[in-house]
Amino acid sequence: MANNNLEILRMDNISKSFPGVQALEDVNFSLRMGEIHALVGENGAGKSTLIKVMTGVERFDHGKMFYEGDEIRIKSPQHAQTIGISTVYQEVNLCTNLSVAENLLLGREPRRLGLIDWRVMNQRAKDIMLELDVDIDVSTPLSTFSTAIQQITAIARALEISSVRVLILDEPTSSLDAHESHLIFNVMRKLRDAGVGIIFITHFLSQIYEVSDRITVLRNGSLIGTYDTASLSRFNLIEKMIGRSLAEYDDMEKTKVVPGEQKVVVKAREFGKEGVLEPLDLELNSSEVVGIAGLLGSGRTALAELLFGIDEPDSGTIMVEEKTIEKHSPYTSLINGLALCPEDRKSTGILGELTIRENIILAMQARLGWFNYMSKSKQYEIADKYIELLQISTPSVDQLVKNLSGGNQQKVILARWLATNPKLLILDEPTRGIDVGTKAEIQKLVISLADEGLSCVFISSELEEVIRTSNRIVVMRDLEKVAELPGDIEERKIMEAIAGSE
Amino acid sequence: MLKLKKFLFKNGPLLATIAIFIVVYWIGGRLYPAMRNPQVFFNLFINNSSLLIISIGMTLVVLMGGIDLSVGGMIALSSIASAALLQMGINPILVMLMILIMGVFFGLIMGTIIHYLKVEAFVVTLMGMFFTRGMAYVINSSSITIKNDLYRFLALTKIPIPFIQNAFIYIPTLVGIILLVVIFLVTNFSFFGRTVYAIGNNEQSALLMGMPIARTKILVYAISGFCSALAGIVFSISLLSGFGGYAQSMEMDAIASVVIGGTALTGGVGNVFGTLFGVLINGLIVSILQFNGTLTSWWTRIGVGVLTLIFIGIQSLFYVKKRKA
Repeated sequence: MANNNLEILRMDNISKSFPGVQALEDVNFSLRMGEIHALVGENGAGKSTLIKVMTGVERFDHGKMFYEGDEIRIKSPQHAQTIGISTVYQEVNLCTNLSVAENLLLGREPRRLGLIDWRVMNQRAKDIMLELDVDIDVSTPLSTFSTAIQQITAIARALEISSVRVLILDEPTSSLDAHESHLIFNVMRKLRDAGVGIIFITHFLSQIYEVSDRITVLRNGSLIGTYDTASLSRFNLIEKMIGRSLAEYDDMEKTKVVPGEQKVVVKAREFGKEGVLEPLDLELNSSEVVGIAGLLGSGRTALAELLFGIDEPDSGTIMVEEKTIEKHSPYTSLINGLALCPEDRKSTGILGELTIRENIILAMQARLGWFNYMSKSKQYEIADKYIELLQISTPSVDQLVKNLSGGNQQKVILARWLATNPKLLILDEPTRGIDVGTKAEIQKLVISLADEGLSCVFISSELEEVIRTSNRIVVMRDLEKVAELPGDIEERKIMEAIAGSE
Repeated sequence: MLKLKKFLFKNGPLLATIAIFIVVYWIGGRLYPAMRNPQVFFNLFINNSSLLIISIGMTLVVLMGGIDLSVGGMIALSSIASAALLQMGINPILVMLMILIMGVFFGLIMGTIIHYLKVEAFVVTLMGMFFTRGMAYVINSSSITIKNDLYRFLALTKIPIPFIQNAFIYIPTLVGIILLVVIFLVTNFSFFGRTVYAIGNNEQSALLMGMPIARTKILVYAISGFCSALAGIVFSISLLSGFGGYAQSMEMDAIASVVIGGTALTGGVGNVFGTLFGVLINGLIVSILQFNGTLTSWWTRIGVGVLTLIFIGIQSLFYVKKRKA
């Protein structure tokens, strides 16, 4: 490892923008030979965009990229692959009905008399897998193996195709348990020792500390910095990922709900689902905002989805106003007055091809049943009411929702659920991807809704925002509720809870 | 032991098909002693040689996740076209070549449309079915008898089966069996064959793995076109005539045979040997009904229908089990 510090890949001042979003701004990144380099950041931080421009899926707007010392422009993923930059995604892109050997070697299969020589092929595949310390029967279909083995097969194939210098692993461990993750880590260490530069994307902090040598942190499309893993504490890492960064909120007035008379709206006991959320107790009261803090993948979204019934819980009970709910589903949520504004509004919330009015009355109509038709005039009345209430800026109620800005789309979803007159409103990252001014507006809106008696759950990756709006803060780590803190707490205390013991 | 278990798991549907074939045959033999004559077994091959040939082509198409509805029509078109060409006095070898080239060409066109224009295979081959059937009647709306010497020789020469007295097959019967061996080698021992399985499993993944998707897809439809033209020649030889009404809805029998043989309609799973037994089971039900003599031949349809349903049931059970495992 004499040339341990040799740089294989360097990116200088990379910028990339998509319509309406600055995905990357002046980002510098460098990868050395024989290192595992963790790339971390919350949703929308720019990790995937950086990978995309690095592998030729997208072109960057400004900046320079150097590969093995020479300036280079990657034209396509195929181009990246031929020069030695390979990517293995979370979703395994292999054929599961074929054997491991075929997945490894098809295209360069050994032949005898023009026919595939299965004996040689299986032997060669076996050797390849043994090199990565994996001893399996390579002649059985890939589908019979765990996701970890499938991931390793994908990595082995990437190595087989070309002499890989840079290996990008995009959340390879996100659906694996601890044992399976270790299989992947072994392979990663082996490759690192062989001089391959590995970029490792994950949102599991413990894994970052377990395998990585250096860490690059991105946030909102900008580089926060690159650090040696050994010299960066967990707490500092979290601070860099989600802590206060800009003074953007400072000029916002601090207002919070003054809890008056409260009653319990939702009471969950031992509520959870295996592999998704560890059982937890939670109480949500009227007239308050409960913030959920934690890193991406810590279980914040899982909690929201379980509360709303998208995922069916397999342990514990959930009660809405003293009434236990059996067979929890989005429908029972609707009936019982729970509402969810999902995290990814583009794919799971908004129906872009419908008008504002249609989007707003959707959930209400579902609650009424499809046969109880609501008159047009009533629909317009409701839509107009919320457009005014939430200050949705649009030329008309009949505007298609896809033509609105992100913030206004978010308000339409909000209006949809408010129209059902819910008792509990769960907001999963309601301010992501919208400008600062609108962010403040939405925060104020949430607070005023709670003021009127609604129970709100506010989930955000921005700690500052959670503290600003919440009366109580639930902290999540590794799919577990680790703390419940009062709302007027210092940011530092929350980050300590997120970091856990070191 | 472990190897045996693995073998059973891997070939479960195929073994089930073979077992059913044996059981049904045994029941037939118990009910009708005449069925115990070995020639009855060889008659299954003789009577179903065309079905076997198109089913082999169909197996490739279905393995890839596609479907080819044009095969029955292609048989009719090939039979009437050969009869008409022979009537014009063209050399029979040349006639056969022309028919086979037509079949390949037709398959190529359908495959190209399916792949490059991204039209559903169901729709494209349905149009192919209408076209071939219609074209057959355009050539001649009534049946044409074939009087060619080579065709007569091929149709009437018996090949005795060694070691079994009075048992025989005809020359065209061999075509399906040879084709079976060839396609078996192709599916199990060639890059092309494995690519077919890969596409059937996940076309996107196969593409990302660098496999030649376009070439493989189009070639598979060409092979199916070739098989159905070949089946048409065999058909016209065994009946010594051509007619636009031949092989009505035989594409459905072929699909049923493929499915009974253990190939999943969703693609990616199955093999051509299973298809052989699918065809034989189909033929077996027909001959049992013939031995019975009192039931109408429509019971064949019902029998095949029920069997196909059972097999699709078995497949999804296997699939569910595998997914859970």
